Amino acid sequence: MSSVSPTADQEAQSPRVELRHLDTLWFQVGGTLCNLACTHCFVSCSPTNHTHEMMRLEEVLTFLDEAASLGVKEYYFTGGEPFLNPEMEAILEHTLAYGPATVLTNGLLLDRTRSRRLAGIAEAADYSLDVRVSIDGYSAESNDPIRGSGTFDRILSGVANLTAAGLNPVLTVTEVHDENSSAYGKERFFSVLRRLGIDKPRLKILPLFPIGAEAERGTAYESWQRLRSSDAPADGWDHLQCSTSRMVTDQGVWVCPILVNEPSGKMGATLADTLRPFPLAHAACWTCHVYGVSCRT
Amino acid sequence: MSHRMPKSERSLRQRAEKRARLTAHAGLATWGERLVPLGQFRSATAAAGRTLDSAAQEATRRDFLSHQPDPTTVEGPYSRIAVFGGVYNNHPALAALLDEVTSRSADAIYCLGDLGGFGPHPNKVRPLLEEGAVRVIQGNYEESLAANHQDCNCGYTDPRDNHFADVSYRYTAENTSLGFKRWMGTLPRRRRVLVGNRELLLVHGSPRRINEFLFASTTPVPFLEMLLDQEKADALCCTHTGLEWHRPLPSGRDAINVGVIGRPANDGRPVVRYCWLEEARGKLAVELVELAYDHRLLAQEMRREELPNEFIETILDGWWTTCLEILPARERARSRH
Ligand code: SF4
Ligand code: SF4
Repeated sequence: MSSVSPTADQEAQSPRVELRHLDTLWFQVGGTLCNLACTHCFVSCSPTNHTHEMMRLEEVLTFLDEAASLGVKEYYFTGGEPFLNPEMEAILEHTLAYGPATVLTNGLLLDRTRSRRLAGIAEAADYSLDVRVSIDGYSAESNDPIRGSGTFDRILSGVANLTAAGLNPVLTVTEVHDENSSAYGKERFFSVLRRLGIDKPRLKILPLFPIGAEAERGTAYESWQRLRSSDAPADGWDHLQCSTSRMVTDQGVWVCPILVNEPSGKMGATLADTLRPFPLAHAACWTCHVYGVSCRT
Repeated sequence: MSHRMPKSERSLRQRAEKRARLTAHAGLATWGERLVPLGQFRSATAAAGRTLDSAAQEATRRDFLSHQPDPTTVEGPYSRIAVFGGVYNNHPALAALLDEVTSRSADAIYCLGDLGGFGPHPNKVRPLLEEGAVRVIQGNYEESLAANHQDCNCGYTDPRDNHFADVSYRYTAENTSLGFKRWMGTLPRRRRVLVGNRELLLVHGSPRRINEFLFASTTPVPFLEMLLDQEKADALCCTHTGLEWHRPLPSGRDAINVGVIGRPANDGRPVVRYCWLEEARGKLAVELVELAYDHRLLAQEMRREELPNEFIETILDGWWTTCLEILPARERARSRH
């Protein structure tokens, strides 16, 4: 097993990914703070993790203006848990004047009042608001050991509240259990949603990242899992999300949402600072390449 | 003989583990897979990346957005044109469209691609296109058929969607003549045309990618202005999503998704849509037109060809039944299925 942080040599020898266009801008609005501490969290979020702090509305607004000047197409909000941020609803409301927004949440803070307010914001907006709720199994037995006891029911009640308010969340599942992405597993997730009375179920499956808390679970990378220039597909690295996105946290702009716990993933303080190629020196880059990862909906 | 802990001891231990997880990061930061003092992470981060001064930032942004000039020949100028997309083998709708726009005296007729899929008898489309002198752009369907791909590579999450996408692709692939497929391979990816003094860029998905979805609710104004700046065009016409929209931009330019004539726009009515563009005192007048056609005849033919009932239902009642996953939240909320 090798360290996941690249050495200077590895950085120098790595292939470089061009930023084709800045289509997707991520905000780590919740910092690394979360009301859960999932065993597979690739940013190791928890109630006490202050690696990144929550972002203020004002900071977000500055970036939205710069993003508009660059023709950004869509905005994503994550954490940690975005709804721990007291300004989250205001942030969404403002963002929706600039473009479509997607918020990634664990669903625990989606009570009826908040769900109704979110539905109101979505209704009034120029662009689409998408809510993605994370879950790791189609039963409490498979979900709760990962997300925490009692979370399965609480997540589903969040989903039910959103649905009752008129929103249609995307259930987002990691491949923490192999069967989650099988046809059988998908059918089970769809039927969980239908049982909640959701007649238009929406589902997205994401691969696991062996970094952060997941690395401590013993599934970290092997030394051969690093990209070389010869791995480049004929059409280049355009399938990687770092060719079209950047991630903003309270501490600056990172190459992508996956590497926020790597100082070497930070590219600058403004978006303009980050309009340049990035070395694919990180072991996580290997996962992105091999599994075709995209965190987008 | 059992090494299992008593239950109470186990749950105590679980609780201790959980507490440890929840408090693990006090004063610490995660750096990759290690925990380091928070200050160490913060100072490494503060030193990382580059910080340009504001003049350099401005120059970098300009540079980043600069674009190669497009050598595509500009057609026209015309006074009025018709633009449509997504035929999806719907030859009765295509025939109805050609009748209508001929009677409205269109100077030129453009099709933005996706000739096949969904409907019956792919080969009936080509003679109609020729008769109407329709100028066609390559869509992702033409690209796949010309390259002889085995499936459409839609890659939906729901196996049901993949099944239907596959059925529709296979039917078209098997029933499209070799000559028609070859011709599809020769189609241009974009066209430029003058309507009055407005220069229009015509593409299938977006100016950047043949398969990029531009939906009304997920295609923001600054993004569209940026595309038109880069392309030095006054208007953009695209299709690919199946849902039409028109957005007049603050700069005075226009972005238009012309919709499709192959199936209804997921709104509970059996009509389809095309776009009519006219010069109007130095400006562009944009009309998204509803087109009625003999959809029952189409449904009959689809039944005879044993195409899925789900597709026939859409033609008859106007609601999409499959592959709804591509829809953003807002468009999905308006749909029945
Ligand atoms: S995976 Fe999501 S919900 Fe779980 S700890 Fe990480 S940020 Fe929180
Ligand atoms: S982790 Fe993935 S998205 Fe991030 S830089 Fe590496 S390849 Fe790109």
